[in-house]
Amino acid sequence: MDEHKKLILDYVKREYLEEDDDQEVTYDTPLISGGIVDSFSMVSLKVFLEKKYNIQIPDAKATPQAFDTVNNIYKLLKEFRPDLP
Amino acid sequence: MRNITSYEDLVKNFDWSIAEKELDYQKGNPINIGWYCSDRNCLKGKANKIALMWEDYNGKTKTFTFNDIRLFSNSIGTFLQQQGIQPEERVCLFMDRVPELYIGFLGVLKIGAIVQPLFSAFGPESLFTRLENAQTSAIITQKKHLSKVRKIIHDLPHLRKIFVIDSDETSLKDKEVLLEMEKLPKNENFECYPTYAESPSVLHYTSGTTGQPKGAQHVHYSIIAQYITAKYVLDLQENDIYWCNADPGWVTGTSYGIIGPWSNGVTQAVLDSGFNSQKWYEFIQKYRITVWYSAPTAIRLLMRDGTDLVKQHDLSSLRHLCSVGEPLNAEAVIWSKQAFGLEFHDTYWQTETGAIVITNFPGMPIKPGSMGKPFPGITATVLDLQTYEPITTPGKVGLIALKPGWPSQIRTYWNNEEGFQKKFKNGWYICGDRASIDSDGYFWFVGRDDDVINTGGHLVGPFEIESALLEHPAVAESAAFAKPDPVNMEVVKACIALKPGYEPSEDLKLEIMNFVRKKLSPLAMPQEIEFVTSLPKTRSGKILRRVLRAKEFNEPIGDLSTLEND
Repeated sequence: MDEHKKLILDYVKREYLEEDDDQEVTYDTPLISGGIVDSFSMVSLKVFLEKKYNIQIPDAKATPQAFDTVNNIYKLLKEFRPDLP
Repeated sequence: MRNITSYEDLVKNFDWSIAEKELDYQKGNPINIGWYCSDRNCLKGKANKIALMWEDYNGKTKTFTFNDIRLFSNSIGTFLQQQGIQPEERVCLFMDRVPELYIGFLGVLKIGAIVQPLFSAFGPESLFTRLENAQTSAIITQKKHLSKVRKIIHDLPHLRKIFVIDSDETSLKDKEVLLEMEKLPKNENFECYPTYAESPSVLHYTSGTTGQPKGAQHVHYSIIAQYITAKYVLDLQENDIYWCNADPGWVTGTSYGIIGPWSNGVTQAVLDSGFNSQKWYEFIQKYRITVWYSAPTAIRLLMRDGTDLVKQHDLSSLRHLCSVGEPLNAEAVIWSKQAFGLEFHDTYWQTETGAIVITNFPGMPIKPGSMGKPFPGITATVLDLQTYEPITTPGKVGLIALKPGWPSQIRTYWNNEEGFQKKFKNGWYICGDRASIDSDGYFWFVGRDDDVINTGGHLVGPFEIESALLEHPAVAESAAFAKPDPVNMEVVKACIALKPGYEPSEDLKLEIMNFVRKKLSPLAMPQEIEFVTSLPKTRSGKILRRVLRAKEFNEPIGDLSTLEND
């Protein structure tokens, strides 16, 4: 489980944090409401997840709430990939 | 009791001099937005009234009275003067929605400099284009955005100073200076620079179909329109707690996120946080928000989360709701009535108009989906698409046009008077949108009249996106255009032809999306990419975006006689 969460967290840090942004981001850090990933950028995060896990996340499920933390994202992923730990 | 009792009466008796009189302004005297939004409130006995209640996503809060706003903006003004900033130099604000953004806005204006707010999510390239065009002298930013500035500073010879509000001295480099607002010496007797009605004030960049974004240059006299529209349309009153969702990087965030409420001496609350329905409702509940100015995209996201969440909060403080940025669909108006017991009132205006020009007024019967009626003092019509003469047939679609001369109209595009003059036809200012007028005088929005993409209420120019796409090593040519979207009204779609040696793949799509997002901004990132072998072009080689757009909107493609491959 942690392996997948770490993969998502690393991607978020790499792609969405500014170089000089030294804030600590954890599995529970609010990404959308915290302004790290805005609702437009969320689409690229969704594409990353779909590609990485070979799934299709319908727009109705891709809500700011569902993407707000790495833990939430992992919960959403498990809906489409029940085989994940 | 509303500020406006009867729309018809107000139209009959309206004159902009009403606002001048209420603001104690006499023609020919100095007028300074920074002073009006801070010092004047103190002189009117509101020194201890709360001006700003601020909260960030972590729940950290700060509160400022009008006297605090006055003193801190004085301090920032003094600091900038000491750093050599002169009147009419451009000072960019590149920050999240922190108190320094709101107060710094006033501080820059108080020294007679021109304030250039830019959306903090802009990437280095978007930032560079706008700073280079404005020949900006200084930028006030946060540590978290400093890397973007450092990437471009060497190509910006006019940029002399970078003020950082939250760093430590030791990590700052050449030209970088620490500006800690709350640690600056207090200046009780700051002398505000005597700007006049036509002195330049705010420079907001806006996108067009061709070329790079244009700097819409406003003047201090714009406050006349921003004050009176905030009073009559937003219905701001003495005891209101007002919340404007817009970021001051965009015109709504300054005209109605700073100038409108504070020139009316009204308390406002600011939430420096991304979108989250629950957090927003908690914010309204906690601060007892009475007037809420939001945007259709946000309303549609709230709709998606349902009315049950609304009912879990005490939102009884709300008394008036308005919306801006894109047409408010009828479903959203009806939903807001069910959810909040109040309808959102759609307001129409744009960067160039500086203030609301067509709107649904408090108390006026709302026709869901309509833009409403012109603000008194504004002469609005729709013009025939060919003759540019006003259309008199109800329901016939034409170009939205305004008679020039209202106080907050932009005076020019920065360094681009020619582009500004192109906005006028037959003595009318052309907004660039199409609409019809019904037999009751209500305007009905139809769409843009050009290739500009309105995504989530923000205009994005296709040229800027295509230029960025071409910088990606795999892209041979591209076209960026609007695609309909249920939440954002439109999103950016790009058709891309790849260079030899590159194959279409999902990895490449994501790479290109992120490339544009980081270079320009999340708004400009294509939400969909289609790889094509060629793009439709005219015989002279111009890409026909309208053909691609029409396909997405299921609209007639129109005349294809100039198509290259016909």
